[in-house]
Amino acid sequence: MKIGVVTFPGSLDDGDARRAVRLGGGEAVSLWHGDRDLHSVDAVVLPGGFSYGDYLRCGAIARFAPVMEEVVAAAKAGMPVLGICNGFQILCEAHLLPGALIRNDHRTFVCRDQRLRIENVSTAWTHHYPVGAEVTIVLKNGEGSYVADRSTLDHLEAEGRVIARYLDVNPNGSVHDIAGITNEAGNVVGLMPHPEHAVEALCGPGDDGLAVFTSVLSSGTFASRC
Amino acid sequence: MARVVVEVMLKPEILDPQGKAVLGALPRLGFEGVVDVRQGKRFELELDGELTEERLGEVRSAAETLLSNPVIENYTVRVQQG
Repeated sequence: MKIGVVTFPGSLDDGDARRAVRLGGGEAVSLWHGDRDLHSVDAVVLPGGFSYGDYLRCGAIARFAPVMEEVVAAAKAGMPVLGICNGFQILCEAHLLPGALIRNDHRTFVCRDQRLRIENVSTAWTHHYPVGAEVTIVLKNGEGSYVADRSTLDHLEAEGRVIARYLDVNPNGSVHDIAGITNEAGNVVGLMPHPEHAVEALCGPGDDGLAVFTSVLSSGTFASRC
Repeated sequence: MARVVVEVMLKPEILDPQGKAVLGALPRLGFEGVVDVRQGKRFELELDGELTEERLGEVRSAAETLLSNPVIENYTVRVQQG
């Protein structure tokens, strides 16, 4: 399975994301922000970093990059798309996911091994986790506070679309301790913590993030649900 | 030439940590009596040619799609005279 990882100007974690894809058993394909072509990939990862220097708003300019037209169209057609950190911000700006991510409530950058509970294991990117799995995944962000209006939150909760929630501490002020959400179809997922930094025991807190990259390899059924 | 000013502010219900930081700094500098600060963005768009209602509509569209995020922000558009 070919999994594309988009590099925007200012992306930081595209290299780690490609490595995580390979460790998960997929074939990593580099995609370029200015290239209006997904090169026949089967899924896309929008990696973390500071695309376009976070100018204007995080993800606001990346959303209009040529490659994003293809990503948005493919996502709406059912292709699995994962946005990590800055990628999550881009997915919200592109309206593939509801809500927005704003500056951490405590105003400082946070970097920690974060405990999470995986609450939705029926998405393209989480279905290899056991229900209610408690995992530790690296979190690092300055603008990771998830916000959405009341009715959006009610919909997300009622439909089980919060895929991961912070445990122990809320590191950034996100409403309902939300660390990640999915779209209705379950093919598009945004996650503020970085599973690509938790794929090997040697580096980081463990390999709890690896199941994200193995899940997508057997996500063929998701396209048919859209 | 015409100048159109777009101002973008976080919606009142959205926490503004930057504004809070400024609010905290003011009394340390001796500025008393400020009870709240909200920080926003101001864009000055220089347009060539005549400013028609249609072009103003395009600016509003840009304000809604790029300059602001309607999920968390409000915007105003006004033409600056002179």
